Amino acid sequence: MACLIIAESAIFTIIVVAYLFYVGKSLTGPTPREVLETPIFYTICLLSSSLTIHFASRSLERGKRGAFLGLWLLTIVLGGLFLFGTGQEWHRLIYEHGLTISTNLFGTTYYSLVGLHATHVTVGLLMLSIVLLFCLAGRVGPEQAARVDVLSMYWHFVDGVWVVVFTVVYVLGR
Amino acid sequence: MSSDVMAIQTAEAAGRPWVQTLHAWVTTVDHKRLGILYIFYALVFLGIAGIEAIVMRIQLMHAHNDFVSPQVFNRMFTMHGTTMIFFVVMPVLFGFANYLVPLMIGARDMAFPRLNAFSFWLTALGGILLYFSFVGGSGLYGAGNAPDVGWWAYAPLTSRAFSPGHSTDYWTVALLVSGFGSIGTGVNLIATILSMRCPGMKLSRMPLLAWLTLVMSGLVLISLTPLSAAQLMLLVDRYLGGHFFDTQAGGSATLWMHFFWIFGHPEVYILVIPAFAFASEIIPVFSRKPIFGYPVMVGATVCIGFVSMSVWAHHMFTIGMNSSANAFFVLTTMVIAVPTGIKIFNWLGTMWGGKIQFKTPMLFCIGFLFQFLIAGLTGIMLGAAPFNWQLSGSYFVVAHFHYMIVGAILFCVFAAFYYWFPKMTGRMLNESLGKLHFWLFVIGFHLTFDFMHIPGVLGMPRRIYTYEPGRGWDTLNLIVTIGSFIQGIATLVFVANMVLSYFQGAKAGNDPWDAWTLEWSVSSPPPAYNFASIPTVASRRPLWDRKHPEDPDSHYD
Repeated sequence: MACLIIAESAIFTIIVVAYLFYVGKSLTGPTPREVLETPIFYTICLLSSSLTIHFASRSLERGKRGAFLGLWLLTIVLGGLFLFGTGQEWHRLIYEHGLTISTNLFGTTYYSLVGLHATHVTVGLLMLSIVLLFCLAGRVGPEQAARVDVLSMYWHFVDGVWVVVFTVVYVLGR
Repeated sequence: MSSDVMAIQTAEAAGRPWVQTLHAWVTTVDHKRLGILYIFYALVFLGIAGIEAIVMRIQLMHAHNDFVSPQVFNRMFTMHGTTMIFFVVMPVLFGFANYLVPLMIGARDMAFPRLNAFSFWLTALGGILLYFSFVGGSGLYGAGNAPDVGWWAYAPLTSRAFSPGHSTDYWTVALLVSGFGSIGTGVNLIATILSMRCPGMKLSRMPLLAWLTLVMSGLVLISLTPLSAAQLMLLVDRYLGGHFFDTQAGGSATLWMHFFWIFGHPEVYILVIPAFAFASEIIPVFSRKPIFGYPVMVGATVCIGFVSMSVWAHHMFTIGMNSSANAFFVLTTMVIAVPTGIKIFNWLGTMWGGKIQFKTPMLFCIGFLFQFLIAGLTGIMLGAAPFNWQLSGSYFVVAHFHYMIVGAILFCVFAAFYYWFPKMTGRMLNESLGKLHFWLFVIGFHLTFDFMHIPGVLGMPRRIYTYEPGRGWDTLNLIVTIGSFIQGIATLVFVANMVLSYFQGAKAGNDPWDAWTLEWSVSSPPPAYNFASIPTVASRRPLWDRKHPEDPDSHYD
């Protein structure tokens, strides 16, 4: 998983470089300053899900199934909230500001970068849900703690990428 | 006992209907079978891409030739380049790595066998997609149309306006899919090498092939992914109307060049490092001496891995970067010659004072040493920006990188075939046919690629489908074409040798070369589980220790 994360980081690096390279190079509007609002609440959701998943896998190691289940569910809910936030933002950008992927360079780079991240969140949520189903079926015990740890590594990575994306898109990019 | 097992296996294989055999191969997760599948698949594409090269050479044989149309010529060089890099050299190297790494480090399989099979089939799908473009390239409304944008696929050639139809999409998706396959293999190889070594196999005792494969896999992870990201952007441009590489909306064609070469140059090292690995295994065995300067070899490889990340823009001196960028990339390009020179020195040091046996694998390795040196020297010439401004995009460049890829990498791959074929099939390759193959190939290679430098210096640009007579290029081009035919014949000799030897070759036994690494301690071909009991090693040459208990390496370790 560490290797996969290295590879994924390289992909994100390239797209972030493309985003930064194209900041302010759009020939037509709308520009990021006009339309972007900083999604602070949803960012807090995603970042705190890193904490919940960490404590979830800790409690699994110690064999506390109930605590694990609760924290795991909370992680999924927080991740889902974040995705909902992204969806809401996209809906607003498309219907209120008319910004699509082919409108201008900002649209192209913004949707590619945020979309790639959202795809990773979606994949992560699917995997988390699979573990949830197994857990509800009673198949997850302390002996699977190492595997759950691998999954939580991926989730931490997705969160870490969001910190970069957030900085690039909502702080530097404006 | 092992011969009994072998006999039973052959009897079983003969008794089984072919459907079951096929099913066993398609569904296999065994690293040895997947390795052979990779190699076989690469050989098929080697034939195809070789035919494409011959078509180009016939077209350029004399001035104003009209063997193929300009459009077909463009498709030929695009497909030749793409196929050779992604579907010949990479699979064949992955194949050998897959086959050899677990055997060499004393493991029973790769770390993730099913991921291994998945990666192979992704790569296979990529190659089939690329070639399906001949049929489906223009969609339903026209004749077939393969990609014709060159293997760099520079923007804006790839935009909808200049590449209508689906040919470029097949190119993009094929590379994306096979790129994911390669990343899977890279992850798998790293995990295998780091966590599956047998007891006593410390990192400092690993065979050099395992070390070099580790560095190569690291490069795969870091440098293939930029290509995947760039392909995703290209797909967004082509399908969703994005503007990444669309200069009319403020996009940048230069950015594609940067992204492509951030992948493209480390890719050269992904290809050549396994070739170094083969040489580092074969040269000591046929010089009857342990490798000279093992820690320095490892260090030089890691060094090459790092420096190769910072040389990419030496492919782009002609786009007009500022002079400090030019100076940086000239310097890094020169610096990378240092660890490479150390490697050549160490191989020569290994041969120095050894009892050299001139068997076919060793002949190919010696050819590699000479040709690699010359390829490196023309590389340094091209790495100097002013020289590059003069010759970039000429046949000099074509000659340079073919010297590297054919003269160095392909020669090592041939050496590896002759060296490990006995292990994979249990039969020796015919030595006299092998020598014929070597000499024919050397003559053909030098006729083609030595003479190709000269029209480049005389100003012949690459990728032209024909030229005016009377520029001093005619005779040279004819010689180049003749040389390419000789290489083709040599390759046919090689294929014939493999087929004949597979059925009638001399039995190899476990250890035909009196070698020192663990793969030679098991039967040929090895059983599915590799090692009946996991070996324990005490030095870099475990088999030497076993054969010479009176003077084991471990005393000096």
